[in-house]
Amino acid sequence: MSLAARTRTPLREFDLDLDLRADPGIPLALVGRSGSGKTSMLRAIAGLLSPEEGRVGLGDWVWLDTERGIDLAPERRGCGFLFQDYALFPRMSAWRNVAYGMGGPRRERRTAAMTMLERFGVAGLAEARPATLSGGERQRVALARALAARPPVLLLDEPLSALDSTTRREAIGELRAVFAETATPVVLVTHSFEEAAVLAGELVVIDAGREVQRGSAAAISAAPASAFVADFAGAVVLRGEASGEGDLTRVRLPGGGEVWSADPARGPVSLSVFPWEISIETAVEPLPSEDSRLNRLPCEVTSLTTIGSRARVGLAAPEPLVAEITAASAARLDLRAGSRVVAVWKATATRLIADA
Amino acid sequence: MRRSWFAGVAFVAAFATVAFLLVPVIAVFANVSPSRLVDALGEEASREALLLSLKTTVIALAIVVVVGTPTAYLLAARDFPGRSVVLTIIELPLVMPPAVAGIALLAAFGPKGILGGWVSDAGIELVFQTAGVVVALVFVSAPFFLRQAVAAFAAVDGRLLEAARTLGAGPFRAFATVAVPSARGGLASGVALSWGRALGEFGATLLFAGSLQGVTRTAPLAIFSDFAEPGGFVAALALSAVLILVSAALLLGVKLLGGDRPDVDEGAARL
Repeated sequence: MSLAARTRTPLREFDLDLDLRADPGIPLALVGRSGSGKTSMLRAIAGLLSPEEGRVGLGDWVWLDTERGIDLAPERRGCGFLFQDYALFPRMSAWRNVAYGMGGPRRERRTAAMTMLERFGVAGLAEARPATLSGGERQRVALARALAARPPVLLLDEPLSALDSTTRREAIGELRAVFAETATPVVLVTHSFEEAAVLAGELVVIDAGREVQRGSAAAISAAPASAFVADFAGAVVLRGEASGEGDLTRVRLPGGGEVWSADPARGPVSLSVFPWEISIETAVEPLPSEDSRLNRLPCEVTSLTTIGSRARVGLAAPEPLVAEITAASAARLDLRAGSRVVAVWKATATRLIADA
Repeated sequence: MRRSWFAGVAFVAAFATVAFLLVPVIAVFANVSPSRLVDALGEEASREALLLSLKTTVIALAIVVVVGTPTAYLLAARDFPGRSVVLTIIELPLVMPPAVAGIALLAAFGPKGILGGWVSDAGIELVFQTAGVVVALVFVSAPFFLRQAVAAFAAVDGRLLEAARTLGAGPFRAFATVAVPSARGGLASGVALSWGRALGEFGATLLFAGSLQGVTRTAPLAIFSDFAEPGGFVAALALSAVLILVSAALLLGVKLLGGDRPDVDEGAARL
């Protein structure tokens, strides 16, 4: 059964106006900056927020229908909800937290709770209070609690934000396994495009309460619908003036350089390229491009950050640009702030979006 | 640490404060020999007064807690127009002189009070009755509990209640299993303050319920009536000593019961 949710309700600064559908087996991620309304949407699905207008239902089971005056209380919707900071009951041990949503006699609930804790590898912490657990342990207990009553829908609010980077990697594997196992509709909310890309099958990018684009992470990265989405998906975004030139489009940058793209466009445009598409050459003078399919933009290095085997190179063309290259080539090229370099990338890696 | 003149002043002030609060308590016990204390408990009038105090304060406290807890929860959780007015009304008895409270209760529920007709039609007698003592105690002690309880519930993390709801708990179960345990410390200190205020109640009880031995003469009233009799100062001292012991035990007991606060804030995740 699929979860369908359509809501329209005023929030503080804008209207939340979304229409979503989550199918079993394809986790849906709502992605957007903080304050974009994604958590409110999750709360509306769970019944923790009553929208002015909308309809929420799982298959034929109607949870909310403002036209017919239906608005089921959260306890009657049965959504498993993983809260951002987990919201574990501080005065209850881990197993009592997990058993809270279960029915039946005490002994059975304890056994069932222990099974859930074992499933997440934290059975040894059954008697521990939440305050004594680490972030990763808390998340496992909270997941066990959210799933204990076998909810027909799983909702997760920023499931990775309270974790450090090592724990985050483990949690990603854990969550993907859970999503595969439960085979229920899953809706998760995150401010990170990267997290959404690894956790969800379908993404809905949200800005100011409205859907900006939806699709798979790859499809959105490859063809961002707006400069906002491109920037959000991690691309470098530049602005310029486009004009046609044969099969290609030439974009003049305000700082003087020019860039070629395979996308058709005219007039003011946003130009986007992903940092990993850009490579760096050190030439004292930029060679005139023999091949117009290759962009060669003279830049100055403004910063250099090495992350493991990769290096992020901040560039000024003078418009700001970021290139991601291997740490080895950064060392070989002897890059440092102030170095004159040429940023090189293919015209086909250059997306153009006409500015509204 | 280098001592500043201010540290010296603060130290003197603290010493004077503690001494001033403690000296009268010591004086009571200095004037009463342990044997006299036991004798005082043997006297019929004293024993009756103490038992009556215990009975009426426990009943009043039960009413305050049973009715006050959901009231405080509602006031803490909901924002509605006039909420601050309601909170002020609840706190009014705090600043009302006890004698005024007694007069006000008479004007409301006394034989000639605005609701006096209804009260007597319902077959309830309050004036010169133990029930009247309970009414006076509830009136003066409820604000102490309500204030603490509203603050305690307001401090409960709303997400815990939401988590309970998504786990299938209705509003009552979320209140009873999550909100009340989370607010336990604040509720316990409210109980201690409220009970202490009720035990010491004098003015409102005297004016509203009178001072009939065995019926409305609670321990504080018995102390005053002993004191008013020629040569009764020692008897008053003995009963006072007992009341001090009971109050201190009460304060200590409630502090021990409600003192178990979680040492780590739930919101601060340990990473």
